[in-house]
Amino acid sequence: MKFAIIVFPGSNRDHDAWHVATHVLGESAELLYHKEADLKGADVVILPGGFSYGDYLRTGAIARFSPVMGAVRAFAERGGPVIGICNGFQILIESGLLPGALLRNRDLKFICRFLHVRVDQIDTPFTRRCRPGQVLRLPVAHGEGNYFAEPAALRALEANRQVIFRYTDATGRVTDEDNPNGSINAIAGICNEARNVVGLMPHPEDACEAALGSTDGLVVFESVVAAVASDVRAAARPAAVTAAGRQG
Amino acid sequence: MRARVFVTLKPSVFDPQGRTIQDALHSLGYAGIQDVRQGKYFELDLAAGSADQARALAAEVADKLLANPVIESYRVEVD
Repeated sequence: MKFAIIVFPGSNRDHDAWHVATHVLGESAELLYHKEADLKGADVVILPGGFSYGDYLRTGAIARFSPVMGAVRAFAERGGPVIGICNGFQILIESGLLPGALLRNRDLKFICRFLHVRVDQIDTPFTRRCRPGQVLRLPVAHGEGNYFAEPAALRALEANRQVIFRYTDATGRVTDEDNPNGSINAIAGICNEARNVVGLMPHPEDACEAALGSTDGLVVFESVVAAVASDVRAAARPAAVTAAGRQG
Repeated sequence: MRARVFVTLKPSVFDPQGRTIQDALHSLGYAGIQDVRQGKYFELDLAAGSADQARALAAEVADKLLANPVIESYRVEVD
């Protein structure tokens, strides 16, 4: 299977994602410049972290108009798995592929450290190999990760089980001290209603090797590899039945 | 023509920068400053046949790019 990793001017975790896809997982991956018009046959799209367009105006506000985003939107609307990490999450939010907004961190500080997130939903392509309630130790590195949604939108998000990751302590308990940026309901990551588009502020791609301090991020990528493999099998199955039917 | 666009966070959205500025003003002795909200200000030079056209064009780009309607509102002035 093939990952497409979109490179915007100012992306800086694109090679981290590429390294995990190719060297850690042994899958194929291509760095796609944001001016590309198509995804070159990718099965999964990663919008990586960084500072696209220098975070000018608002984080992700200008990258959402990059030519490749039309192809990403079409891929997402067909049900293709898309993950936005950190700045990629901000771009998905600005593009309307995910709801809400990401505000300046509560204490105005850029936060760069390891923390804990709890996996609250496993029925997405990026969490299907997780245990419900599993706590992952992942790094964050952001100044604008304070998730916000108006009360009605927040209620809908919770009712639809679209909150996928929450900031917690090491035991999976939500506390104010363990919420690094003031996100409402301790939200660290969400999905869209169709559940194939996921965005999160922490960096699973930087926690896939013991040398980097944690391997807890690996499950996110292993999940999507399993999801794509199962989709391929599911797509092959009706065709086989049809062929058998014709023979019969 | 020139349009000025003022973008501000909606009242329901917490503004940590505004709060920090307010705290700084209080520490400077300006106890009478009761609230500070920080926003953005844009000056647009635009080609338009009338003030109404200029206002409509400025509003269009504010909706599309300058403001995020989830968290911000805006006001346009034209001269």
